[in-house]
Amino acid sequence: MSKQFKPKILTFLCNWCAYAAADSAGVSRLQYPPTTRVIRTMCSARVDPVFVVKGLKSGFDSVFVGG
Amino acid sequence: MPDMKDEDIRIGVFICHCGSNIAGYLDMEELSEYAEKLPHVTFVQRNLYSCSEAGISEIKKGIMEHDLNRVIVASCTPRTHEPLFRSSCAEAGLNPYLFEMVNIRDQCSWVHMKEREDGTDKAKDQIRMGVAKAALLEPQEPIMSDVQIRALVIGGGISGMTAALSLANRGYEVVLVEKEKNLGGMLNQIYKLAPTMTDASALAEEKIRAVTGHPNITLFTGSKVNAAQGFIGKYQIDIETESGIKKIDFGVILIATGASVYTPEGLYGYDGQRIITQLEMERLLKKGLDQGIKNIVMIQCVGSRNEDRPYCSRICCQTAVKNAMLIKNQIPEAKISILYRDMQMYGVENEELFRDSKAKGIRYINYDSVQPPEVESDKVRVYHALLGREMLLPADLVVLSTPLIAHEDAVEISQLLRISIDENGFFLEGHVKLRPLDFATDGIFLCGSAHYPANIREAVAQGLGAASRASIPLSQGSVVVEPIISVLANEDACIACGLCVALCPYGALEIQKTEKGEKVHVIDVACKGCGCCAAACPQKALDITHFRDRQIFAVIEAGGAEAQ
Repeated sequence: MSKQFKPKILTFLCNWCAYAAADSAGVSRLQYPPTTRVIRTMCSARVDPVFVVKGLKSGFDSVFVGG
Repeated sequence: MPDMKDEDIRIGVFICHCGSNIAGYLDMEELSEYAEKLPHVTFVQRNLYSCSEAGISEIKKGIMEHDLNRVIVASCTPRTHEPLFRSSCAEAGLNPYLFEMVNIRDQCSWVHMKEREDGTDKAKDQIRMGVAKAALLEPQEPIMSDVQIRALVIGGGISGMTAALSLANRGYEVVLVEKEKNLGGMLNQIYKLAPTMTDASALAEEKIRAVTGHPNITLFTGSKVNAAQGFIGKYQIDIETESGIKKIDFGVILIATGASVYTPEGLYGYDGQRIITQLEMERLLKKGLDQGIKNIVMIQCVGSRNEDRPYCSRICCQTAVKNAMLIKNQIPEAKISILYRDMQMYGVENEELFRDSKAKGIRYINYDSVQPPEVESDKVRVYHALLGREMLLPADLVVLSTPLIAHEDAVEISQLLRISIDENGFFLEGHVKLRPLDFATDGIFLCGSAHYPANIREAVAQGLGAASRASIPLSQGSVVVEPIISVLANEDACIACGLCVALCPYGALEIQKTEKGEKVHVIDVACKGCGCCAAACPQKALDITHFRDRQIFAVIEAGGAEAQ
């Protein structure tokens, strides 16, 4: 174990709430691990279950849906 | 453009330093070198501030000089800056929907300030994902739809009448629907209005006369809305009137249905005779008080700020103080005590009224909700929370300040028009600060106590405001809708199962008969592009423009891959 495991988290954020919240976390300079990769959608309802599977198949370790 | 050949795609990436907001925490050189190597990227430029005039002109210059047909700005958040950059693209002759924004500030440099290397890696991934999306973007044209120049106002109380008059005076045709036989709503039951002590019935009469005599207002009293469909610009409404159902089209709808007063059955021995509500007090004052009444006790927060109704009704404190003053006017020697938990006397005039009332000898006694007052046969027992002792107050009349509660019709109206109500049953605005008089559904507006307990002054202000908001689509004559919407991408696949129709929160989908049998049809102007239909469609027949399945797939794949 030479390197510490750093998960890569696919993150779907709703434009109107969770994405806005992530922006305001930035405005407040709240620090969190740089392990997320964000995809903005116009609503979390856009997130097709297939997107989750696709994320896991594409190399992400986990998937987060915020909405 | 969708069948544009791969080699024709020319993406320009503009990476913003945002002063030191981004450049101070990420390796900008590495980012731009990395972006240059990404597929289809033909031009990369770093700017100190992309949103400055200089930055914007660099983007426009880049588009024209390098024949760019896709533009990415990696900077702050699209929630604030996407409209600006889109319009810059449009000014340079590029369709604004061929623009993609990558957030490397709010969601990267600002939140990974001490992790330069990992933060830079994240920004590289996000730019790679943006490039993958940009390559698949399609130009979109704004959607225009005509507006029926007619407004429906539901509710003929003070806010509804004010809104109707305001719209009618601007020259718009208004239909006012009132459930009761008479206009005026709550105003009809009130004696005088604080803080000026104007006569409520005089105000009501004045408004009613103006409404009934207005050539642009059609009035349906004793009527209600019993069916509704449509969207901004074209709402088709069935109004059940005394002379049958009227089917009328409207461009906009205003909700001014008001609220009801809570009747405190079973609380403090309420009997409507000796123990009454503030509203019943108004009636007694209107008639003229029996001069034999010498001792009056008012109890605040009766049936509110408790488990069932946790909210503060906000107007009962001013009503109690106002009525106490009016009692003093009729019976100067009356002894009045107001038992309160917290006094809500916001605003300059209310505070002044509060002070005057103390000068007139009205007593204020603080009680704690865990030890509420007890009403006995001719007195009220209360534990004075500030003095720390029990008091016995003689009481010829006990007046209970009960809250305004949501109107019983609110649920039905919210279901008919697909608009939201909150946990207390009041209508819910689109945004508490940015859209306080709008609903989330376009073309429907809100005023008065239907939203939350409001005094007359607030109800009037909101009525004027809602009318002003509603007059925007009416004066434009058409509405422009963002073309990020649901589309039937694969008509053959649609089996008209209706799942999407049932799920759509905006009523934007319907099943239509076509040559190929029954198929779903998207009502462009009603669609908000949330995408729940596309996600739910078992046949994958629906897709969302600008957020198409294949675009999102490409972004996911790009994000999952390791940076080279």
